[in-house]
Amino acid sequence: MKHTISVLVENKAGVLSRISGLFARRGFNIDSLAVGTTEDKNISRITLLVEGDDYIAEQVTKQLNKQIDVIKVRKLNQDEITRRELVLVKVKMSSAQRGEIIDIVKIMQGQIVDISHTTLTVELCDRPDKIDILIELLSHYNIIEVARTGIIALQKGAESV
Amino acid sequence: MITGADAIVRSLENEGVEIIFGYPGATVCPLYDKLSKSKIKHILVRHEQHAGHAASGYARIKQRPGVCMTTSGPGATNLITALGTAYMDSIPLVAITGQVSSDLLGRDVFQEADITGAAEPFTKYSYLVKCADDLPRIIKEAFHIASTGRPGPVLIDIPVNVQNQKLEYTTPGEVNLRGYKPTIKGHAGQIKRICKAINNSEKPLICAGGGIFAANAQKELKQFAEMINIPIVSTMMGIGAVPTDHPLYAGMLGMHGKNIANQAISESDLLILIGARVSDRAVLLPANVGNNTKIIHIDIDPAEIGKNLSTFIPVVGDANQILTQVMSAQTERKSDDWPGLLRSKKSKIKIDYNPRKFGINPKGFVNLLSGMLPNDHIYCADVGQNQIWSAANCQIRQGRFLTSGGMGTMGYSIPAAIGAKLADPDKTVVAVCGDGAFQMNMMELGTICQHNVDIKIVVMKNNKLGLVKEIQRNSYKDNEIAVDLTGSPDITAIAKAYGIPARSIDSMDVAEEAIAEMIRHKGTYLLVCTVDENESSM
Repeated sequence: MKHTISVLVENKAGVLSRISGLFARRGFNIDSLAVGTTEDKNISRITLLVEGDDYIAEQVTKQLNKQIDVIKVRKLNQDEITRRELVLVKVKMSSAQRGEIIDIVKIMQGQIVDISHTTLTVELCDRPDKIDILIELLSHYNIIEVARTGIIALQKGAESV
Repeated sequence: MITGADAIVRSLENEGVEIIFGYPGATVCPLYDKLSKSKIKHILVRHEQHAGHAASGYARIKQRPGVCMTTSGPGATNLITALGTAYMDSIPLVAITGQVSSDLLGRDVFQEADITGAAEPFTKYSYLVKCADDLPRIIKEAFHIASTGRPGPVLIDIPVNVQNQKLEYTTPGEVNLRGYKPTIKGHAGQIKRICKAINNSEKPLICAGGGIFAANAQKELKQFAEMINIPIVSTMMGIGAVPTDHPLYAGMLGMHGKNIANQAISESDLLILIGARVSDRAVLLPANVGNNTKIIHIDIDPAEIGKNLSTFIPVVGDANQILTQVMSAQTERKSDDWPGLLRSKKSKIKIDYNPRKFGINPKGFVNLLSGMLPNDHIYCADVGQNQIWSAANCQIRQGRFLTSGGMGTMGYSIPAAIGAKLADPDKTVVAVCGDGAFQMNMMELGTICQHNVDIKIVVMKNNKLGLVKEIQRNSYKDNEIAVDLTGSPDITAIAKAYGIPARSIDSMDVAEEAIAEMIRHKGTYLLVCTVDENESSM
């Protein structure tokens, strides 16, 4: 089972290393981790996707809370959040394949952000499952590189962490 | 304007620091220079690791953070084992390390080590100071973090140029860390649930851990147990939380504990864990706890609750506060059937005083030793068979039992005893170790002599690393490897070379008289007890 955990931390040197070290030490499996600043420049938000049962999710939450630089930890309910991830995919193609790829990108509501004689770079910002579909579709061509940002998430409605 | 080093000394004085255990080096020279003009006493140890252990012994007795100080690079890395030892046992320390000049950081210059990085898993928090202006605030925060909530070591790494920077000293205000607000008071609803659970139980049992000492809750624990008539077992870290001769105390539990304590755990229908981690050594995992046993877990660290045992009523807060809250709520006094049963079982336990064919009987010896020492003595046990003999057989009436419980660090006892004695010079302090551990910390005899520290040292000598030998005997078909200590020196001669009187005994017939001589002697004394190498720990 995957858990999405949103963590507000002090925006200081060494915080990320403390937190990633914690996961390695305690044997927690992190599927994705995204960090960025928030509306307050002194606070960063880390969004984590953790694989494990409820016991693991609880341990992750408690161990994070124990960190002095962690201000708030919230395990987000999967049904009550908006999740987004950004992906860039560089695909090698022949001129015959170009049209097919552009069709796929259109259907997936992505964009072509770079083009050369032999490659296309596709951008998509969407739910992680949609991104998986795009990558699967493009894998029938020659994918050269993929870059994913990791998931970020916020609660739906007026609620906040 | 004053220098960073001045500001450090002033901040330490403001925190009430009286003693620093340390070992100098190039990158802490500015700080040592200023320290020499302060009233703070510096104890020069003979190895940086022991600066940390001595600060740990000091902290446990003084009930405030112990302070240790070393130089950068190897000085700092030598401290790591002591930080880890303190971290596992939740001992408040403030460790100050020198660091190479901040403009050289990351260039692998002479004696540079990324100590905040290396010590990260073993510290509650750490600082790498980049600007002298931050020093007063950081030092105040460090003492606050080390001593509040679940105590632990805090590291402050200070580059040598920061120690020389000028700053305008301003006294920092109250510490306010938005990510760190430990819960002290127990949740009122949970307190009610505790009372109800106690009232509905037939065989409640308290398991006291080291958290009792951290919360200074020995008195409250005793009152609570007596008021409701609940028997108590302890973890190794909890030994002495109530006097070992208390009628409600059933002994230490766990792998090396008393059968009666382990039986009590499996028979109890309500286990009240207070400040105990219930690690693998304490409870052989859920197998040991009865199927129908409900668990109340009281701990200041929410992350400990539910980590090793699933909990029926979790309560986060300070043990002292919560016990007081429970006592002021309504709980009925329990009948004496269950405590009486344990008491009668306990009364049938006889300490093993049987004479041995060869050498002294270490189990009887530690019982006799702790019995003859003053009621409030401080007993520092090292790690190995001697720790198990001590934990299972020594008598802690009003004193303390100090040992490295979590990390199991050999060589803890003598430096910890030095720290404990300096924290409370009126107490008799004894360090009991094996000949393996002694050879890991015997250089501290120099510290003892230099600073006139009066501790009693007992070395259980069997020329073996006894506990490992026992594991090899039981689990590796007696394939004894790398446990023979042949080549060890005459320990009494070592002591005498330091000018410390010493004696060696090999029979229980003279034990009482030898112990009496050691206690009578004013100043440090070393007693070597020859023990048979096949003596078992249990």
